[in-house]
Amino acid sequence: MVNPVKKADRTPVGAHYGWQDWLAQRVTAAIMVLFSVVFIGFFAVHGSVTYAQWKMLFGSNLFRILTLLFLLSVYYHAWIGIRDVLMDYVKPTGIRLALQVGVLLFLVACTIWSFSILWGTY
Amino acid sequence: MKFIIERFDPDKDAKPYFKEYDIQLEPTDKMLLDALIRIKSVDDSLALRRSCREGVCGSDAMNINGKNGLACVTKIADLPDVVKLRPLPGLPIIRDLIVDMTQFFKQYHSITPFVINNDPPPEKERLQSPVDRAELDGLYECILCACCSTSCPSFWWNPDKFVGPAGLLAAYRFIADTRDQATNERLDNLEDPYRLFRCHTIMNCVDVCPKGLNPSLAIGKIKEMMVKRGV
Amino acid sequence: MALNVRKFDAVVVGAGGSGLRAALQLSTAGLKTAVLTKVFPTRSHTVAAQGGVGASLGNMGEDSWHWHMYDTVKGSDWLGDQDAIEFMCRTAPEAVIELEHYGMPFDRNDNGTIYQRPFGGHSMNFGEKPVQRSCCAADRTGHAMLHTLYQRNVFANTQFFVEWMALDLIRDAEGAVVGVTALEMETGETMIFHAKATLFATGGAGRIFASSTNALINTGDGAGMAARAGIPLEDMEFWQFHPTGVAGAGVLITEGVRGEGGILLNKDGERFMERYAPTMKDLASRDVVSRAMATEIKDGRGAGPNNDYILLKLDHLGPDVINKRLPGIRESAIKFANVDPVKEPIPVVPTCHYQMGGIPTNYKGEVIVPKGGNPNSVVPGFYAAGECGCASIHGANRLGTNSLTDLLVMGKSAGDSTIAYVKAHGTHRDLPKDAGDYTLSRLNRLETQKSGESVFEVGNAMRQAMQAHCGVFRFPDMLEKGVAKIKEVAERCKHTEIKDKSKVFNTARIEALEQDNLMEVALATMISAEARKESRGAHDRADFKDREGYPNGRDDKEWLRHTLWYKEGNRLDYKPVNLKPLTVETIPPKARVY
Ligand SMILES: Cc1cc2nc3c(=O)[nH]c(=O)nc-3n(C[C@H](O)[C@H](O)[C@H](O)COP(=O)(O)OP(=O)(O)OC[C@H]3O[C@@H](n4cnc5c(N)ncnc54)[C@H](O)[C@@H]3O)c2cc1C
Ligand code: SF4
Ligand code: SF4
Ligand code: FES
Repeated sequence: MVNPVKKADRTPVGAHYGWQDWLAQRVTAAIMVLFSVVFIGFFAVHGSVTYAQWKMLFGSNLFRILTLLFLLSVYYHAWIGIRDVLMDYVKPTGIRLALQVGVLLFLVACTIWSFSILWGTY
Repeated sequence: MKFIIERFDPDKDAKPYFKEYDIQLEPTDKMLLDALIRIKSVDDSLALRRSCREGVCGSDAMNINGKNGLACVTKIADLPDVVKLRPLPGLPIIRDLIVDMTQFFKQYHSITPFVINNDPPPEKERLQSPVDRAELDGLYECILCACCSTSCPSFWWNPDKFVGPAGLLAAYRFIADTRDQATNERLDNLEDPYRLFRCHTIMNCVDVCPKGLNPSLAIGKIKEMMVKRGV
Repeated sequence: MALNVRKFDAVVVGAGGSGLRAALQLSTAGLKTAVLTKVFPTRSHTVAAQGGVGASLGNMGEDSWHWHMYDTVKGSDWLGDQDAIEFMCRTAPEAVIELEHYGMPFDRNDNGTIYQRPFGGHSMNFGEKPVQRSCCAADRTGHAMLHTLYQRNVFANTQFFVEWMALDLIRDAEGAVVGVTALEMETGETMIFHAKATLFATGGAGRIFASSTNALINTGDGAGMAARAGIPLEDMEFWQFHPTGVAGAGVLITEGVRGEGGILLNKDGERFMERYAPTMKDLASRDVVSRAMATEIKDGRGAGPNNDYILLKLDHLGPDVINKRLPGIRESAIKFANVDPVKEPIPVVPTCHYQMGGIPTNYKGEVIVPKGGNPNSVVPGFYAAGECGCASIHGANRLGTNSLTDLLVMGKSAGDSTIAYVKAHGTHRDLPKDAGDYTLSRLNRLETQKSGESVFEVGNAMRQAMQAHCGVFRFPDMLEKGVAKIKEVAERCKHTEIKDKSKVFNTARIEALEQDNLMEVALATMISAEARKESRGAHDRADFKDREGYPNGRDDKEWLRHTLWYKEGNRLDYKPVNLKPLTVETIPPKARVY
């Protein structure tokens, strides 16, 4: 090991966030599992599902909200996951920021689209 | 026995290469370190760090057949006929099996590795119950060998920003000490998506620690404390 | 060729327990200090200490520093200087408490105080019965202590030069020490550290013996450098053989095992220590236990297929005690002896462990040499502490736990003396013109040596000679032959050859330079041992046995004095033992019974 006479290396740290994301990642994961169980349960109970039953299911506001919750969880979970990957592999700040903004816009678009699907008219 | 050792001397080699040694061991050569010393008696240019030869100083960590460990407590009898040795992955190589640990120690130093207590020291010892003292078991025994941090993918990608398992284990050692008064500052210091939250519980660190410590568990406890503090 | 020079107020060589304790004083006092160390500080050998640090805290029952002092004087077989011993034993509790405040993770009693365990040679009320005096952190006391001291130095912003090896001491025309030359291992560069004061804390040289509990870096560099610079080495014939090194491996099993209740058995399953030390039994002083074990083995009562080891039994303590108090021992026994002590006894033999002698100092850590009729004249600007120094606290035999105490007390004391000296002397003394030449000539010799022997061969010859001629039992004819032999090896050592000439982290070169230091220590040991015509403490000669007026072969009329070995011409000199403590009465010599 050498003395600190090498190139000065000052990496500022201490962004003071992180635990919320970490917690959110766990909470969203739990929601995703829960919804999957309910959804698979629905199919298990009803065997093959007719279009009418399907429509009835998504006709209820409760189920629409549950589904939205699920999708939002997927997006938020994905956002944290992708951001982490970008942090690991894309080192130049500019490119990383651009990619992150891209992903974020895409996920926001997905969110709006989800609304329109769930509450749109058929 | 056959040893394939990664060699590199920046004084003469353009890049690292592997060198094979077929070596006759003596019955007294019980540990991998004994074998390396035997090799060194034939080829004195093989460079490695070593000191205590009993697994307490943390000098001779290296990558043994793909897994990090200490040469001095790795039994030759437990190894296959061909042993492949490389320096610890993820850190710059200085020479042969010697790596530059600057980054590793920098992370250790970044967690303020000393007990902070601003009360005037009492005449006698600060009291601590055996139960509170037991909280430090599994934490204070770390020998800073770097086997864990250099097997952690998160540390490979961000050695400058992620504290790494060894440093985080040490961080929790001070958080867990009832004599320390800086828990809040310590949590502040780690509340960062890189410093602490780069750990994705991959558990490589637990798998390789020659002292049987569990940095991952300690990291989990820090995260838990942060959540408790935040909600 | 001139070397680059860097200037500091003080240079500390060594970052083990004593070096770190001293450095802490210097940094805290705001001195511009450089701490040189061959290995990262927490890799120093102090990390291996297991059993504990001795201090009469009295947490487990009544205790007093005066009893501790008595035990230490008796343990030293009266060769220890009683002023230094009083100083250490009196200061020990304070030093341990201070360490606790720095964050040392000591084991605890139910009431929250530091747990203390019994240890060999430590007694109550001037030798009545064993006392619990060893403050410990499981069986990793040295590890806990070294890390705590390092951490405290991080707090104090100490400047470390890690993986820098000091090569030679620089003295000016008046004999004052003005710094050292040192080699940066990573680059192969050599430099001069010019300092107002230089403090050595380089540890022991246990690697002169073939079978040793010591780390591979314990090569007596401090002693070697001092000897080459004309400073004598004191009492080098006294080497402690620890009773319980793992047979074949040399790895240490702490005396704390016996402190917790472990016992030694011969092949018949007899607890033989009852015969040799009726009161203290397995917890008698180390020299006594080692000799008893060696006698058992010599008389054919050793265990194992070749009757060549003793059994250390501790399974009767139960897994709980073993796992709580001796976890590291269990780990070592399984790894190095292939036995799980929870079920089976550990095979052990006496193994070289500790260097009682060293660079002569007083209890302030100032290096002292005979000059102009004064046997204790201070060498300006030179200090030593820890295992490389000889204050002399341990005399002819060290008590367990007293070395860690010594590191704390003497480290701090030497640090304070250094500060006082630096403050009193505003400017640096001039470097002599030829300051780096000696070092350069040594390096150059290595660089250009042709058809010499390898360091490995010379080292082996030295280790075998020491083991065969200067072991637990010493015989006059063997010692005489040993002197001739070791001188011959020393000649060979002048022509060691290395094949590797690279600049970058050249460990072959480092080992060759270490071998030079080991050689000085080996010479000093053999020659001093041959000359001391008595048995005392760890120095046991077959031609001086127990007889009327000579308890255990000790000759207080002739030999109650310290040996001083000078490298130049292998000359020997002697100086009186200081029997006068600082404040209490002299503890007069008497027969040593445990
Ligand atoms: C296995 C074992 C167990 C022990 N257990 C106990 C115990 O329970 N209780 C007890 O009281 N004692 C014990 N001892 C003894 C005690 O540990 C040692 O005597 C003590 O640690 C020595 O400390 P030190 O500071 O003098 O040197 P060390 O800790 O040996 O440190 C020496 C330092 O000097 C540096 N150095 C050396 N040469 C150079 C050079 N040329 N240039 C630069 N740096 C150099 C090294 O890098 C190192 O930092 C034990 C010893 C052993 C071997
Ligand atoms: S658990 Fe965390 S620290 Fe340990 S190896 Fe995995 S990512 Fe690294
Ligand atoms: S936690 Fe284990 S592997 Fe990591 S540095 Fe400490 S001792 Fe080594
Ligand atoms: S040499 Fe000390 S840990 Fe292996």
